[in-house]
Order: sequence, then structure tokens, then C-alpha cells
Amino acid sequence: MAVAFDEMNIPGGDLRPAYQELARWLKETPPEALEYRRQEAELLFRRIGITFAVYGESESTERLIPFDVIPRIMSGKEWTLLEKGLKQRVRALNMFLRDIYHGRDILRAGIVPDDLIFQNPVFRPEMNGQQVPHDVYVHIAGIDIIRVDAEDFIVLEDNARTPSGVSYMLENREIMMRLFPDLFARHRVAPVERYPDELLSALRSVAPQSASGEPTVALLTPGVYNSAYYEHSFLADKLGIELVEGRDLIVKNNEVFMRTTEGVKRVDVIYRRVDDDYLDPLTFRPDSALGVPGLMSAYAAGNITLANAVGTGIADDKAIYSYMPEIVKFYLGEEPILKNVQTWRCREPKDLAYVLDNLGDLVVKEVHGSGGYGMLIGPAATKATIEAFREKLKREPEGFIAQPTLALSTCPTCTASGLAPRHVDLRPFVLTGSKTTTIVPGGLTRVALKEGSLVVNSSQGGGTKDTWILDE
Amino acid sequence: MLSRTAENLYWLARYVERAEYLARTIDATLRVTALPAAYIGKTNEWDSALLTAGVATSFYETYEEANEHNVVDYLSFSADNPSSIRNCIEAARLNSRSVRTALTSEMWDTINSAWIELQEVWSKGTSTREDLAKFLRFVQETSLRFDGSAYRTMLRNDAYWFSRLGLHLERADNTARILDVKYHVLLPEEEHVGGPLDFYQWSSILRSVSALTAYHWVYRETLKPWLVADLLILNSTLPRSLASCYDNLTRNLDQIGVAYGRQGPAQRHARGIRNRLEHSNMNDIFQHGVHEFIQEFILDNSRLGEIITKQYLI
Repeated sequence: MAVAFDEMNIPGGDLRPAYQELARWLKETPPEALEYRRQEAELLFRRIGITFAVYGESESTERLIPFDVIPRIMSGKEWTLLEKGLKQRVRALNMFLRDIYHGRDILRAGIVPDDLIFQNPVFRPEMNGQQVPHDVYVHIAGIDIIRVDAEDFIVLEDNARTPSGVSYMLENREIMMRLFPDLFARHRVAPVERYPDELLSALRSVAPQSASGEPTVALLTPGVYNSAYYEHSFLADKLGIELVEGRDLIVKNNEVFMRTTEGVKRVDVIYRRVDDDYLDPLTFRPDSALGVPGLMSAYAAGNITLANAVGTGIADDKAIYSYMPEIVKFYLGEEPILKNVQTWRCREPKDLAYVLDNLGDLVVKEVHGSGGYGMLIGPAATKATIEAFREKLKREPEGFIAQPTLALSTCPTCTASGLAPRHVDLRPFVLTGSKTTTIVPGGLTRVALKEGSLVVNSSQGGGTKDTWILDE
Repeated sequence: MLSRTAENLYWLARYVERAEYLARTIDATLRVTALPAAYIGKTNEWDSALLTAGVATSFYETYEEANEHNVVDYLSFSADNPSSIRNCIEAARLNSRSVRTALTSEMWDTINSAWIELQEVWSKGTSTREDLAKFLRFVQETSLRFDGSAYRTMLRNDAYWFSRLGLHLERADNTARILDVKYHVLLPEEEHVGGPLDFYQWSSILRSVSALTAYHWVYRETLKPWLVADLLILNSTLPRSLASCYDNLTRNLDQIGVAYGRQGPAQRHARGIRNRLEHSNMNDIFQHGVHEFIQEFILDNSRLGEIITKQYLI
């Protein structure tokens, strides 16, 4: 594995410009002071109740995501490039979805194989020919970005369904500003606090035609036991919209209403944080108690906007991911600004053979998995684990893709033995409304707190950092 | 507002009020049982604590006999008792989480901090009297802080009114229950047997609704059972009296009615109960039978809960 790109230090002893002021500040600040504020931060998170649930543990288990107080800093120039690349990528994702559920030019052009779409469980035949308002499918995208050198940004994963984590971006900043006003005073950090406003305007802009002049937006949550519930309530609060559960909504004459103390009230746009499968028991899983019976027929009638649209999973599928560079070129006629990680599609015999021969060096992921569950990290796995995985892979090769083990870039991080480099990734959030695409400068930086670990997922012991984009 | 939000606010307030009432009941029972047997007679005070909490039936499914140890544990910490203090705080936190957007940060902080303390400090219950006293104080302070935060920070809109409805409905129920269990010691002098022993019972009742000092201010008298009953039932200056609870319930329901531009069965039913309380005096009540009066009140009160639920919360 190559040596990881250090975002703060240039090999040879110099500092990268964006980190110079931070380095100076760290030198002046005694370690005890840093430790004290670290504890203070943890206390704040616990009091505010910024927790998440870990699946597989008892229902009432709530955990804090560890927060690292050392910010991750990027220069304005770097951000400008990244922003351009993100907008390009999300534009392509939206065009791809529109095409897949309508004309299917890309299949006819032979760029993406048919069976990858039609035999994919996340493809939604219900969406065939269905018009979605303003042709926006992915209103909120979370694109996971990694760096391996100073030049490039690489997309690790597109999240086009119900990406989460933006509340951490906002709360991390809030808490950093409270605890480190002196550090902020020494930098020009681009603010992130207008995210809720941007989100609300984006959601309002895509209201269906039958909506009133002031469209009503609601956030649909699976409920308090969902791992991202805190975020749902946080966002509803910041947006000033109702936080609804399936049982709060009813469908009458193909319109959606919420039950209020003054009778029912029409809803025009639903920012849903419930997966496709659970949205409507009449269309999808009949056992879903989280959904709203009839929601899909109101959707088909064009009386409600769902954000994100139904069926977007086909765009962030890990098997489709490997075609993204071609997808960008096909729809936009441009070279992709953001790179892809080299990916072997195990469904292709040649690739499978290579993967089976090199399991010890690769990361193998389930095509439909997320959250870091069910993946094999070759270099870190025992022989027995690798062999077990080999069998799984042979049985169902189309369920997996493989990628080289990447040396994610590192940032200085508080550890038990002082500051040390730890691997990070970045999830910026891209908002698409009827007319504009916006990205608040920053995103959620996730950090693998264990030495040498490359897994940043919060469900696997990762933490978060505040992400600073310098406004130069 | 969402019906579910109103429902959660209503229940949140009920749970917090109930937790406080349980803490007061335990506190008052501890005091009475600390007295030599000669002062309180042969009644099992822990049994009557279970009755006033309304959990005697479920308790005796597990235990044969009520004593300090098992009743304190059952009322405070038991996971099996759905209305133990622990479960009330758990339920309050769960409700708060569901309606975080409708709570002020002070209210959330109160409930969340209490929940954290419950887990970090009180997860194993209490082993000494001193610990128990600390725990009971913690519960009462949580309730006071919650109530105070609501009063001082909430907008005066339907969210506030639904939360107050829960509080007063629960409070009325609690006061009525303690009267129901202890009514026999409150009968007028000529009718009841017991004599001076009951002094400690009376003060214990007053203590459990935090009205001992208030009694002296209102009546400037030594403890007299029918005055204790008068204070708890009819005196609307005492915040925990039935009359005061119904002053508040009718007012809050009217405020909702005005804001929504229409009245319904909940407003009418509450007003009916309030009128009855307003036009009663202790003589009539004793004539009619205190026990019957209280029983009827408990039913009427819980019927109001059902009507509110039907009219607004589902």
C-alpha cells in the first residue's frame, strides 16, 4: 500500500499553506487546554442528545459519534475544483436516472449493460415513464470523497437515496465555534449555516403543480428508533417543517394529508428519510408499518414530490458506480472532473478471476451494502475470513465489486498519545432544486480513530471532524 | 400542529407529573412509617402507597407482602411496573425525542439530563435511606425544572396548552387517588373511628401533595380531616386541588377552542366537572358520600382524557 497523503505536512518538513495557522496555534496551546475542550465538546454532544443508534444492539442503545476537535482544513482553491466536480457528477446522476426511467438512451448506446439495470433489486419498475417534478431525482446527494494526493479528488461512493450526516456538519461547526473562538478568529472559514435555508428553498422549488403558492414541506422519518433520528428532528427543526411519521399521513383522492389537531392538512413535498421499500405498503413491502398506504398513487398522480425520488438507488449502486466516468461523458460530453476508484466488477469473469487471485490486497464490497457492513478489507483480514469470503464471492459474484486498498489521506487527530495522523474521508452535500445546484462549502469529515484503520463509518468506530474551507 | 405531536406533549407532561407524585408518595410514606407503631395504628402504609399509585394489583402478582424494600423498588425502579419512576422518565425521554421540535431546548435538556442521570447514577437503584432521599429529591427537582422551563420558555400556543392539559389531568387523578385510598381517615369527627392516630395520616396526605404548609396558611387551624378534604377537593387556591386542576383544564381547553375557532365535547365535559366542583360544599359531599364522590370524579376525569384524545390527539 502506498504511503498516505498527509493533508497537513509536506514530506521534508514544510506545512501545507492551509494548515500553517493551525500549526502555530497548536504550538501555543498546551495539551491540557486541548484535552479540556475535548471533554467539553463531548459533554455538549451528550447534553444536546446528538446520538445515533447502532443496529444489532438493543433498541435503546444510543451512542455518541466521537468528535475530534482538530479541524480538517482545505484551501478555497481546492474547494472550487471539488465543487465543480460535484456539480458535474450530480447533474449526470440526475440525467442518468431520468434516462433510465424514460428513453434509456444509455442502454441502447451499450454503455451500461441492460441486466445491471433490470435485474437490479433497486431498480423500480413503478417509476417507468413516471414524470417527476422538474426532472429532479436526486435533490440531496452525499458524495463520499477521498484524496490520495494533492491533485485529485476521488469519489468513493455516491449516496443518492437518503444520505445522512449533514446534522454533524452543522453541529460540529456550532460546537467548534463555541469552544474555539480564538482559532476561528485566526482563519477565514466559509460558513455552513445556510444549509437548512438552501435545503428548504430547494425542496419548495420542486413542489408539484397542484401545490398552493406556499407549498407545505414535511420530513418523513421512520421514527425514534432509526439510527439517524436525531438528524431528522434536527433538520425538521432548522427548516421549520413538521417531522412526520407514516402514521401521521393519509392519502385521500390521491392527495397526501397530515393529521393535525385542527383536522387534516395537505402536504406537497416530502423530504423522506424512509427507504423506498418501506414507503408504501400497497406498492412495496406489505409489512411496512413505517409507510403511508397510497403514497405511490398520489406520487403517480403528480400531487406530491418525494425527495429524493423513488428509484434513485439504481444510480448509487456500487455496480453502476464503476460506469460513472462513462455516464458523465455520455450525458454531458465532458471529461469527469472527479475520478473514480479503480473497480473490478466481479460479475465479469476476467475481473472475478483477478479478484479471487488478489483477495489479500483488495477491498471487496457488497454491491447493495452500505454503512461499512459486510465488506472485506483484504490486508486487515485473517486467512480464515478471506477464505470464507472467497466462497461467498464464488457463489454470488454479481453481488460484489472489488477495489484496491487505498491509502486515504490523513489529518492530525487527537489520540491517547497526543496528535497523530489518522485517515479521513469527506461527504459534501449537494442540493438540487428546480433551477440551481448548490453546495455549502464543507461537508462531513469522517475519521478512522484507530491507528492504521481505514474504516471511517460511524457504525464501525469512526469519528467526525469539522471541515473548514478557507475563504481566501 | 400534528396530532401525534400534541399527543406526545400531553403524555410527556403526564409522565413527569406522575414521576413527581410517586416520589412524593414514597417520601410521605417513609415519614409515616418512621413513627412508632403506636402513632399510626396497624395499617400497612406501604400497601396504601401502592393503592394510591394505582399499581397494587400488578404488585401482588409478584410479591406476597408489601414492605419498604419491595415497594420502594417497585415504585421507583422496577422495569416490570409500567408506571415506575424509572419507566416514567424513560417514557418522558422517548416522548421528548419524538417531539423535540416542539420542545424548547431547556425542556429537552431537563428531560435528557434526568435520563442520563438515571442511567449513570441510579441504574442500580438505591441502597441506603440517604441515597433514596437523594433520588426522590432528584425526581422532584426534575419535575420542577421541567414545569418551570415549560412555563418560562414555551410559546403560549397549542403546544403549551396540550402539555398543560396532560399535567393537570394527571395531577387531578393523583390527588383524587390519594383521597380515594385515605377517605376513611377524612370522615367528619362523629363518623370515624381512630382518634388522634389519624393526625399523622392527615399530615402525610398533605405532604404527598405538598400542601402541609398551605393548609396552615389557608385555615389557620390545627389539622382537621374535613378541612383537609376541603383543601384538596374544593379550594381552588391550592394548585393540586381538584378545583384548581379543573380551573386550569377548562381554561386551557378554552384557549385551544379559541385558537382553533371551535369548541367540542372536551370543552363541554371539562366545564361540566368544573361547575360541579364550584357548586359543591363539603357538607353535601359528605352527605353524598366522600368515597362515591371521589370515585365518580376519577371516572369523569379519565373520561375527559378519552374525549381529549378523540377530539385532538388521534
